[in-house]
Amino acid sequence: MANMSLEKIRMPEQAPDVRNKNFEEVALGYTKEMAMEEATRCLNCKHKPCVSGCPVNVRIPEFIAEIAKGDFMAAYKILTSTNALPAVCGRVCPQESQCESKCVRGIKGEPVAIGRLERFVADWYMANCDEMPEKPVQNGKKVAVIGSGPSSLTCASDLAKAGYAVTVFEAFHTAGGVLVYGIPEFRLPKAIVQKEIDKLAAMGVEVMTNMVIGKVLSIDEIIEDMGFDAVFIGTGAGLPSFMNIPGEALVGVYSANEYLTRINLMKAYLPDYDTPLRKSKAVAVVGGGNVAMDAARCAKRMGAEKVYIVYRRSEKEMPARLEEVHHAKEEGIEFHLLRNPVKILDDGKGQVCGIECLKMELGEPDASGRRSPVPIEGSNYVIDVDTVVMSIGTSPNPLIRSTTQGLEANRKGCLVVNEETNQTTREGVYAGGDAVTGAATVILAMGAGKKAAAAIDEYLKNK
Amino acid sequence: MFRIVNKKELNSSVTLLEIEAPFVAKKAKAGQFIIFRVDDYSERVPLTIADYDREKGTVTIIFQKVGLSTNLLASKEVGDTIRDFVGPLGIATEYEGYKKVAVVGGGVGCAIAYPQAKALHELGVAVDVIAGFRNKDIVILEEEMKAVADNYYLMTDDGTKGEKGFVTDKLKALIEGGNQYDAVIAIGPIPMMKFVSLTTKPFGIKTIVSLNPIMIDGTGMCGGCRVTVGGKIKFACVDGPDFDGHEVDFDELMNRNSIYKEQEAEMAKTHICRMDKLAKELIH
Repeated sequence: MANMSLEKIRMPEQAPDVRNKNFEEVALGYTKEMAMEEATRCLNCKHKPCVSGCPVNVRIPEFIAEIAKGDFMAAYKILTSTNALPAVCGRVCPQESQCESKCVRGIKGEPVAIGRLERFVADWYMANCDEMPEKPVQNGKKVAVIGSGPSSLTCASDLAKAGYAVTVFEAFHTAGGVLVYGIPEFRLPKAIVQKEIDKLAAMGVEVMTNMVIGKVLSIDEIIEDMGFDAVFIGTGAGLPSFMNIPGEALVGVYSANEYLTRINLMKAYLPDYDTPLRKSKAVAVVGGGNVAMDAARCAKRMGAEKVYIVYRRSEKEMPARLEEVHHAKEEGIEFHLLRNPVKILDDGKGQVCGIECLKMELGEPDASGRRSPVPIEGSNYVIDVDTVVMSIGTSPNPLIRSTTQGLEANRKGCLVVNEETNQTTREGVYAGGDAVTGAATVILAMGAGKKAAAAIDEYLKNK
Repeated sequence: MFRIVNKKELNSSVTLLEIEAPFVAKKAKAGQFIIFRVDDYSERVPLTIADYDREKGTVTIIFQKVGLSTNLLASKEVGDTIRDFVGPLGIATEYEGYKKVAVVGGGVGCAIAYPQAKALHELGVAVDVIAGFRNKDIVILEEEMKAVADNYYLMTDDGTKGEKGFVTDKLKALIEGGNQYDAVIAIGPIPMMKFVSLTTKPFGIKTIVSLNPIMIDGTGMCGGCRVTVGGKIKFACVDGPDFDGHEVDFDELMNRNSIYKEQEAEMAKTHICRMDKLAKELIH
């Protein structure tokens, strides 16, 4: 008999006023008992609506059924048959708009906590088994993977399993892409990402850091001089946007990329590291996505007394995951909604001393279906801050497309690919993730990496 | 890891290191830069490439000990390795159509002016080099510059070597003396580049400056290195580091580069502890 409780089993968390002063993980994960109990809430629907909500089609009811039985190893095997990074997805996927949004239990009450169960299984495996995969039999063909974020890691993993000799080229000094420079430790511990990269290494994948492709090597050199049979471009959307308002060049204005990279990748929060970061008392983060929530919550943890989210639409239109918004509020982040910055103020010494905003009201829905904000004339006001973090979106980096003949991109700079295969406009060159879609989610990027890996395998088998 | 194969102290605060980095050496061109990171705890710091040897697979950097990272780098010896060395980044300087160029170097900036002068010389362009220093004790690369320059002018602020005065005095005199320069390339401290640009502007001589703002990744991803050029935001790492000196907002750049001044001083203290620790570990 299914557990008919209307609510998910709560996941233990660090208390808000404790966790907003440290970088330890916020959510602590289910115990075995909690997981098994939550698993019994799944009705094991025949038509599996949840699976259709998952970009990589995780066999959700099947793995949950194994948890309910207490066979976590079986659950892990089912989970990883389609998802290479369950410990990551269980933590950062927007489940409420994917699998859990389709859950029948969500019609009346809360859906089954699919994300939490996924995380539980992945963590259980890491704590109890943690076997490194073996190096598969090699098929003698080489594939280059550019970038080491979620789409690249997934693509590399699938290709390595299929016997390809894979080399991952990473521009930074540490592999992991947005999983290490962007998403903070308190949401995704870096040890988890490193473990995934170690697994790739165990399968024979070579990771070359410090390799800015498009500069140190071109795609053509990778194919012609280095003898790679195919290339996957998973370079993400790393180029920060600014608002082009007065004062953006002042000392104290960061892009979210820079702010988060200094804190996450360069560990500005640990005393042993040399990474400097402005000592802020009051921080305004402009934007309403997950990145904005991450930046705001980091700012709080770095010691800012006041942290504000400034977002031009209302909370309903915020692209951030519900859980992140909820966590941010609990941690004391103040939300200035329907507010649009028009100017960053100079203290007279070239440093930020405030941000001038205009109040907005919601008008008609725009192309994205969200009601677009309309400014209310004369409603300007100033928030006193010494630091501003711009988190209004990113676009793909032009370094590779500008140095590779025949690689087409759309007007937003996203690489053009065949939807079936993820092949770019160059034969043998594939792409996926944010480099193709523009800034999106980890799981969509992983889905694209998976699709491309299958297409590369198909292409090289027939070549 | 990247091994140091040669080290020279050019003066009391300027060090030359030749580092094994075959991928970088293969592609490097004058005007481009690298980013180094000494160890797992270090910052990422950009430095313009001073020289390279494609056959040996080495890249030479020349830098002044100004902060934590450059002091730590200067403490490394031949045979030691550094953790990261990435490049070549940025756009190489373009020399098309030049017949005569004045290369102006200020202080440690001469380290980067030198490969420019050398590249121009090798292309058969007439090169006048004006090198400026505070005093005779810190003059670097004099012989090297002379070897590639048609005329070499040494200026010191206090007159202890060469002529007394600023590089801008000499540049102005040369221009007014009838020298027809197709371009002036100025590399040095921001104020120097600013005043060289102001000097050449009335004469309408194209002036190229090489900017070195604070940056992290060097690939256009952090936006920390943004500079205003001709009223537009540019990222020095991917749009530069060379820019038209007449268009650069130097005052803004100077302000932006001062962001971590106080913290650097603070960190320098804690850093000494770390250096001591490292030294002790090496001894034991």
